[in-house]
Amino acid sequence: MVPPGVRPGGSDTIHTHGAKTRLDQFLQHCLNALMLGGTYALLGIGLTLIFGIMRVVNFTHGELYAFGAYCMYALVVPVGMNFFLALLLAMVLGALLGAVIEMLLLGRLRGADIDTTMLVMIGAWIAMQNTEQLIWSGVALTVPNPFPSAPLVVGPLSVSWLRIFVLFTAVGLIFAAYTVVNRTKLGKAMRATFQDRDTAALMGVRIDRMHTATFALGSGLAAASGALLGPVFVVNPTMGDLAAAKAFAIVILGGLGNIAGATIGGFILAFAEELGAGYVSSGYRDAMGFVLIIIILLVKPTGLFAQRERIG
Amino acid sequence: MLKHGSAQVLAAAVFMAIAAPASAQETIKIGVTQPLTGAFAASGNYVTQGAKIAEDEINKAGGVLGKKLQLVVEDNKSNPTEAVSTAEKLITKDKVPVMLGAWSSTLTLAVMPKLEEHGVPMLVETSSSGKITTSGNPFIFRISPTSEMEARAFEPLVKQLGIKKADFLATNNDFGLGASQEFTKMLKAAGVTIGATELMDPKAVDFSAQLAKIKASGGDTVFVTTAVEQITLILRQAKEQQLTARIITTGGSNSPDQLIQQAGSAADESFHLVFFTPWFPEAVKNPALAVSFVKEWNARGYQAGGLTEGFRGWDGITTIVEAIKAAGKAEPAAIQKALWDVKVKGINGDIAFIKQGPAGKESAQNVPSVYLIKIANGKVTRM
Repeated sequence: MVPPGVRPGGSDTIHTHGAKTRLDQFLQHCLNALMLGGTYALLGIGLTLIFGIMRVVNFTHGELYAFGAYCMYALVVPVGMNFFLALLLAMVLGALLGAVIEMLLLGRLRGADIDTTMLVMIGAWIAMQNTEQLIWSGVALTVPNPFPSAPLVVGPLSVSWLRIFVLFTAVGLIFAAYTVVNRTKLGKAMRATFQDRDTAALMGVRIDRMHTATFALGSGLAAASGALLGPVFVVNPTMGDLAAAKAFAIVILGGLGNIAGATIGGFILAFAEELGAGYVSSGYRDAMGFVLIIIILLVKPTGLFAQRERIG
Repeated sequence: MLKHGSAQVLAAAVFMAIAAPASAQETIKIGVTQPLTGAFAASGNYVTQGAKIAEDEINKAGGVLGKKLQLVVEDNKSNPTEAVSTAEKLITKDKVPVMLGAWSSTLTLAVMPKLEEHGVPMLVETSSSGKITTSGNPFIFRISPTSEMEARAFEPLVKQLGIKKADFLATNNDFGLGASQEFTKMLKAAGVTIGATELMDPKAVDFSAQLAKIKASGGDTVFVTTAVEQITLILRQAKEQQLTARIITTGGSNSPDQLIQQAGSAADESFHLVFFTPWFPEAVKNPALAVSFVKEWNARGYQAGGLTEGFRGWDGITTIVEAIKAAGKAEPAAIQKALWDVKVKGINGDIAFIKQGPAGKESAQNVPSVYLIKIANGKVTRM
């Protein structure tokens, strides 16, 4: 503890006591950033598939995130389902909703210009958000979780068990997505479709199915992050807006269409925000991340890890 | 180009559209701009529900000046730009002579120039920034307390709670910044050391960085100013980070019932400044009104957590209607003049206006009641 009246970080208060507090604070910031980074990465990889590979500016990404969170609430609270089972089901339902959106809206717009697609997706975003409010009202909801409410305490640091679970699940899902896209036949067909549609079609890839499958996979990951983070935060109709803004930033930062890039981008954004808020100014916490993105894009306009084959 | 015939039809339609509001003068209208969707949707809907209870009660008792009262409710979508559009629409299209709005300092400040432009008074039911009544807008009549009033009401409790060093966590807008400034001023004068003042985006959900900094600052009390969704998350995350300082929330948009329900044990031992205490309606200035409002609210099946917001809608409409009655006509200038002299028994307490702001262009400010409550063992207790 700091004696009253002494500001930690003040230039003339350097003694062991203050230095220890500062170190504790720094370590807590790093731990917080690690937890946050896992969730940002998960948000980013869902979108990098859709925005990066399919080149659909997916404004419904945030709503699919909110959809995952609302599914979690509906399954755990009124239905009374097991927390982990509900998580799995929320992800599957999110993928199904994604498939429906793709077939119903985007399927008719293949080859349409980007403005048209964007307008349709903005419309879908607003419609989905208002549907959530109509069904659930604007009052925030809480999803109970089976983890102990007392945090895990290691020395001066503490972190909630739920957040640890979220981090590990997120990392697991990121590896699974990476494997699907880069190591399976389905993933190969997906990549082929969006690299050269005509050649892929000639090789026997069913283009329409690949569009739907990719969109569904990305949507399932968005719903998964919502289902994981709904219990950490609160569930409300506008929760997707901020999530979508962060997801776009992460994808652009990491380089379009690159899962590893989106993962690293997520962690970079989390560390920039956490340390920026901790040591520069908390009022500009969200600006920190975006300032960093501007700097990185000035130096490397394709994002940190863009692969040349995906561009153009 | 339009054909001749269709141009005539169009012209007729336009004239009908212009003429329609004039023929609908059988009712007396009050414009209501509230955030019914977007980030503040929950609160905006509660205030509107409270306003509708007042509308129904007034109409059941025979209306105003022999006419039916009609609330014209517009959704400002929690967005300042939309708030301006709703005010413009209510004043120019619906021709309302007076308004209620706009929930939150930022939305109210956005609407204010429109009131001056059209000369229409607005009763402000929720907003705490000092700027609203000190910037010289004579069309503002505020019934909610300013941050300065809240801070002053809190002053005697500084010693009682034994506050020695305080930190702040405030939402980064007119509401949060105003409150942290006023409380800092009051606490400094009372001899309290001020530690960290941390800000957060109004939409943010993760406050780990701010809380780690506040923990390192080592104060005994944290003053938190924001709406209930962020307060819920702050209480939970403070517990996760083992923040031991006492948390006190200001601003009255803290819905303790919702906090108990959603933050669970993390809400225990937290303190909240509120402007209505539905848990003990008999303890307020006008207990009969409070008891009947709580009864009607529950009878309609509204969320109990919304009572601490909803009462403002009722108080606001009741005050406006008193002014219309005193004015004897539903015209903006007459209502504006009459509002200065109203004495209304409200749920929060007795409503009457004092002058604030530059001479000659004063805004009207009510001096409302402020209460401090504490959550202990999942229950609201009186201080």
